[in-house]
Parts: sequence; C-alpha cells; structure tokens
Amino acid sequence: MSIDVSQFHSIFFEESFEGLDTMESGLLSMSEGETDADTINTIFRAAHSIKGGAGTFGFSNISEFTHGLETLLDQIRNGERDTTNEAVEVMLSAVDTLREMMSAVQDAADIDEEKVAHVSSELTRLLQSDEEAAEAQTISDETSSNETTLATEHQQAGWKIDFKPLPHLLQTGNEPSRMFNELAELGKLDVELDDAALPHFSDLDPEACYLSWQLRLETDASIEAVQEVFEWVEDDCELSISPLVDEQHQDTTQLEKPFQDTDASPSTAPIAEQAVSTQSPESTAPKVDSVKKKPSTPSTEMASIRVGTEKVDSLVNLVGELVITQSMLGQIGENFDIKMLPQLIDGLEQLERNTRELQENIMRIRMLPISFVFNRFPRLVHDMTSKLGKKVNLVLSGEQTELDKTVMEKIGDPLVHLVRNSLDHGLEIPEKRLAANKNEVGELHLTAYHQGGNIVIEISDDGAGLNEEKILQKAIEKGLVEADENLSPEKIHELIFLPGFSTADAVSDLSGRGVGMDVVRKNINSLGGNVEVISEPGVGSTFTIRLPLTLAIMDGQIIQVAEQRFIIPLISIIESVEIEPKKVKRVTGKGELYNIRDEYVPLIRLTNVFNLDGGVETLEDGLLVIVEAEDRKVGLFVDELLSQQQVVIKSLETNFRKVTGVAGATILGDGTVAMILDISGLLTMHREPAKQLNSSVIKVA
Amino acid sequence: MMSQINNTENDVLNVLDVMDGNENGALQYLTFELEDEHYGVEILRVQEIKGWDNVTPIPNTPSHVCGVLNLRGVIVPIIDLRLLFGMTFNEYTKTTVVIVLKVQGITPRIVGVVVDAVSDAQSISADAISVAPDLGNVVSTHFIDGITNIDDRMVMLLDVDKLLSIEQVG
Repeated sequence: MSIDVSQFHSIFFEESFEGLDTMESGLLSMSEGETDADTINTIFRAAHSIKGGAGTFGFSNISEFTHGLETLLDQIRNGERDTTNEAVEVMLSAVDTLREMMSAVQDAADIDEEKVAHVSSELTRLLQSDEEAAEAQTISDETSSNETTLATEHQQAGWKIDFKPLPHLLQTGNEPSRMFNELAELGKLDVELDDAALPHFSDLDPEACYLSWQLRLETDASIEAVQEVFEWVEDDCELSISPLVDEQHQDTTQLEKPFQDTDASPSTAPIAEQAVSTQSPESTAPKVDSVKKKPSTPSTEMASIRVGTEKVDSLVNLVGELVITQSMLGQIGENFDIKMLPQLIDGLEQLERNTRELQENIMRIRMLPISFVFNRFPRLVHDMTSKLGKKVNLVLSGEQTELDKTVMEKIGDPLVHLVRNSLDHGLEIPEKRLAANKNEVGELHLTAYHQGGNIVIEISDDGAGLNEEKILQKAIEKGLVEADENLSPEKIHELIFLPGFSTADAVSDLSGRGVGMDVVRKNINSLGGNVEVISEPGVGSTFTIRLPLTLAIMDGQIIQVAEQRFIIPLISIIESVEIEPKKVKRVTGKGELYNIRDEYVPLIRLTNVFNLDGGVETLEDGLLVIVEAEDRKVGLFVDELLSQQQVVIKSLETNFRKVTGVAGATILGDGTVAMILDISGLLTMHREPAKQLNSSVIKVA
Repeated sequence: MMSQINNTENDVLNVLDVMDGNENGALQYLTFELEDEHYGVEILRVQEIKGWDNVTPIPNTPSHVCGVLNLRGVIVPIIDLRLLFGMTFNEYTKTTVVIVLKVQGITPRIVGVVVDAVSDAQSISADAISVAPDLGNVVSTHFIDGITNIDDRMVMLLDVDKLLSIEQVG
C-alpha cells in the first residue's frame, strides 16, 4: 500500500512560501547586535518546518540547504552567536535561494546549482568561523554541559538511545525508519528492535505502535543534533539518550541483529505504511479553511485562499437559514391560497435578505488583508537603500485593509514600481537631505484604507518631489508638449503618465527603463481604478491609487440598443443626456461630435461598432451616455436606459474567447445573458474603424 | 420531438451503464443529423442535450456563432453546425436540439452545437471505423476523425477538439 504524497505538495509549497515570507520579515526586523528571542524563534520554527517538510517529500537538496541555515539560526537562538549584519545578509540571500529552489522544484525546472552552492558556501563559512569561536568558548566555559564536553573530547564516541514510542506515535504521522535514516547520516548506526510488546495478530491494532528500539550511534555529533532528530516525537515517546563511551564494549556483544537500514525490518514497514495512509485523510481534515479556488496552476500564483474559520462558520449559518426559508416557501407553495399572499411576500423578503447576506459573506472570503502585498516592501526598501546609499524609514499602515484577491495579485507590480520610483528618484541621499534641512533618514509611507466602495493606497515620501523643470524639458524634447505651452504644475505632473516617459538621467536597473508610469496607470485602469499624483518641490510627492473593492461584482447600468441589452459599468458613466440635434456637429460628413457644455465629445453609435441591425437611427429618439475611459470622454448613443443593478461579472474567455469592446457577460434577473461593455475597448474600436470581419465560413459539402 | 430527446437521454444513460462491460475496444458515439447527413461525436464528450433556448448574440463574431447561453450560471457559446459547415440556415424552433460538448484544449471549455436532430447512441468498434477520405480542396476534413457505416448510413465521426477549437469557431 502506498500513498501519493504529491497531493500534499501544493500545501507544502504554500506553507513553505509563507514560511519564507515570515523568515524574511523576521530577518529584516533584526538589527545589528540585537537578538529578540521571539523573532529568532519564529524564524527558526519556519526554517525547521521547511526542512522537515522538504525531507518528508524527498526534496533532499532543499532540506540540506535549509539545514545549514537552521544551524546558524540555532546558534543565534542559543546566544552562541551575535546577530551581525553580515549574518542577516547571508541569511536573507539564503531565503531568496530557498524561494528560487522551491519555485524550481514546483515548476519541475532546474535548480540554479551554482547559486545554491555559492550561498551554501557562504553559510558554511559563517558557521565555521562561528565554530572556532564556539570551541574557544567551550574550553573556557565551565558551565557547558557534560555531554557536550564528552562528545568533544571523545571524537569517536557516540550515543546510546532508548526509543520507546507511545502507541499513538504512528497516528501523528511520524515514521521511525525515517528518523533512523536521519540518524544514520550522523554516523554509524546500529538498530535493535524490541518486538516483545507485539500482541497476537488477532489482537493487533494496525494503527498502534508496539515496537521499541535501542539504537547505538557512533558519531561525533552533539547531543543536540541527536535530539533534533527526535524533536517532532518528543511528546509521543519515552526517549533516553546517554553517552556510549563506557558501554562500548558490552554493547557490541549484546547486539545480535544489527541493521544499518531499518527498512529491512519486516515488522515495521507494513505497520508504518498503513498508519501513514490512514493518517492522510485526517491530516487534510484540518485544512478545511483553505478553500480551493481553481485547479493548481504551474506558476507560483497562489492556487488557494486561506480563510478564517469564523468566515466559513458564518457561511454555514447563512446556508442553514437559506434552507429554512426554502422549506418555508416550499410549504406555502404546496397548497397555495390567495390568503397566504402576505406569508409568501414575507418569505420572499427573507429569501432576498438571505441571498444578499450570503453574497456579502462569500465576497468576504475572497478578501485578503493588503499586508500580503505590503510585506514584500521592507525587503525591497532594505535592498534598494543599501544599493543607493540612502537612508529610508518605511512606515506601513492599514495593512489589515481587505482587498479582493484578484485585485491584490494584479496591484503588486504597479506598487513595486511606484515604491522603486520614490526610492530612486524621490528620496534624496543623506547629504542632500541634510543640506536641505531635513532629517537624513527619509520617510516612505505606504498607507491603505477604505473610502466609499473603493480601497485607497497611498505611497508618499518626503523627498524632493517631482522635478517639474526636468519633466517639462523632457516632454518638450519628446514632442509631447509645445515649448511655449504654459502648463500648471498639476498638468506637468500628469505628463509622467504619458507613454515612453522617463526622467532618470541614467538607466539604472532599479527604475527608469522608460516603460514606467504609463504602464502603472494602464494596469491600474484595467482594474477599474485610477492613479493620481500630488507633488510639492522639496516637500515630497504622494501617489494615490484608487481601486474597486472587488472585480467580481460591480454596479451596472442596463441599456438597450437594437433589441439587445448591454451593461455599462456605472463607474465609467459621467452623465446621460437627451440629444439636442443642433449640438451635433459632423466632421467630414461622417464623424459625429456632440457639444456638451462647450466640450466636444465623439459620438459612438453602438449599432455601428457592433454591427447590429435595427435600433434607433434618429438622434432625438435616443439618449447619449457620456462615459470616460483613459481620460477621454465619449458619448455612447443608446436607444434606452433601463434599470441600474449590481451584476456578477462572468468571463467570456472561459468557454469562448476575448471579444473586443466586451469586458465580459452577466446573467440578468430573467436568466438571460447580457454583455458588459468595455469602454476602453470601444474607444479603440472607434479609433480604428472596425476591421472587416472575416465571416467566411468553412465550406463542407 | 421533446419526448424523443428524453428517450435519447435515457439511451445515453443506458449506454453509460453498459460501458464498463464493453471489452472489444468499441467506443460509444452519439449520432445526430444535419440536413441529410449523419454525424457522430464520442459520447463521453457530451455533457448534456437540451432544447433550443434564446441566446444573447456576441458582437462582431462570425455568423455561425449564435451567441451565448446561461447554462446554470455558466456562460456557454452556442455554435450553429449547419452554418459552420456552410449549409443553409434552418430557423430555430422549440424542437431544435443543442448538444453541449466538453472540448479539451489548453483549457477545457464547454461549447454547445445546434443540430437538426439527435438520432441514437451507437457502439462502434475501432475496426469498423475507416479513415476519412481526402476530398482535396473541396472540403476540409481535418476535424473528421473517421467514417463508419450504420444500417447503410454513412456516419462521419467528428473530432470535437479540432471541430470546436477557438481558431475554428472564433
């Protein structure tokens, strides 16, 4: 009987990546000479879990690599070693390497052996220099434990281990033979099995452990190393470890059936295996709080969401209520009488309330605190400031602000870009800051909060602010504005969002690759949000990003064009007006412009861009919906405005393909499907006259 | 006609029941009619068979893309096989049948096809299937898996994945 452990791989990777994030943030909070016991313990635990997990799943290179890191951490934890900046740097790069190794294993790609070897040797170098120090300490230190002294003195000595597992050891998912293998790596291992407690087969509980072992380990490893092997089972066994030295001679004669490899022991293997396989469903059981969103993807994109149990509980309650309402309505329906109408109306109201609450709660499951994104910034700032020779204090606030998971995944890169820009261009080097009468340590604030139906993220620094002169000069150089144009500071700030704009004097690897703010704005716009900048020379600049809370549901305006219903996202509608024919101007007899409060907006007929038949032709009979996208206004000519309602966005790409001008589809109250308009797509279609559709059909006789 | 559809559905179930006992390598096919021609698709690719329902057109798509349908909360595109094959258009009525198929590609998709009528579920053994003849430039046959004879009728077995690939229907 064997079990497929690969089903647990995704959980392992997810937990390990989380562990690495924990380690990283812990390491970053450590500073020279200070050792906070809690922090170091957290880091150590994370490293230890990764090592253990990697070992269990057979990723030996990961577990070996982590071992070195763990040893270093252990020494710091035990106060044998001071926290130096050097050590922290090495450990940070070790965390990076581990992350890369893990991604490589996850994608079944090759591990960058060279890098691993390099970081590994860095770790070893640190450990060795430390060992020398530790040894010196041991000699002078009288308090060091007896065992350790013995172990160091008798290099060829070892340990005698009595290992008596409690019956439930196997149920906790521990496998003695693995531990023995691990011990065997430390030195020469002899194992003696005591099966005296094994009952008759008919009385045997297949999940219990009846066996105990005496082990003789010839090694120069310390007692800690041996204890570490048993760390996971400490509470599930009787364990005694004693030095081997005095018993060496009697012991060798006693050992009648020594085995190097415990896998050869026939009595352990089947029991252990059985125990592991019966264990597997249980070990997944506590994972109910990780909800599967979609089948695992090969990339590092998270495939599941961790949801707090209280959220799940409230859902269960709501579903319970829904079932009650349903049975109530069912009863009314069974022998309906007009007298029961009030009851029916009550029931329907209750149903509506249930549905709404259920919807809200389910949406909440997709909401994650923005700290998932924010957490990467301490590291980024740490790395960049040391590279740039700047001093920056990063202040995060509102990390608990919740945001839809999809939005979160997409906002990461734009945020990184903005933070890099602030560090690279915004904040000055210490000398300049001192000269400008500012604190030499710059402040970078990352703030998130809710405002209306939006989430607002602010990135503000107290740096030099945007260099308006340079921006203007560059814009003129690139022909984006006329040299004699008189622009307000706000207009100048807006220029940085234009495509191909970069003010960096030198193209550095940090920022300023010419693809910059325009991409940031485009990405944020595609999420239905916007980005603005406020800047004051010498005081600093603030970038404000506004995003909708969720992408899955939005407010929509239902419109009718040529017998078809479409939905316009409410957020992009500025106003709807009745058309006064005399305000319509024609350009070259074709293009139509509408004059609204002295502003000319292009008029787009949906029947034209979508090639629809019928519909209102004369402008007076229809309505004009003024919408905005990409900072441009257009008027959509529609037959009629219908109701406004919240719509659930469904992708057309799931079963079909992307359609230009259509953002997706939704299901209306009557069960029919309606298309949601993509305003920026429509603008593009309007700009480039619709390509002649190749509607030729594949001919089959 | 509706009852005929229901019968077909029962047949589908019966066929699925006996599938396990099937040892001679035969595959089950659902056969249907288009004009006077007979076609078959592997039955395991059929998700369901349903009557015609009003669809929502998708703007700027070829004429054989009828539109999309709400199938229990899933948006499913509906393709008119007659138009995809370049046959004449047949008005949709209450008796028009939509076969909902599971298409495998980079990502699995669900696509409905409109056919004139569903005929039968047939067990066809591999050696009864012959290679589709090359009709040269006249007809593209790359989505025909093979042809077979059932009661003197020629049945063209369709490769669902090739027939309904995005390139083909989009």
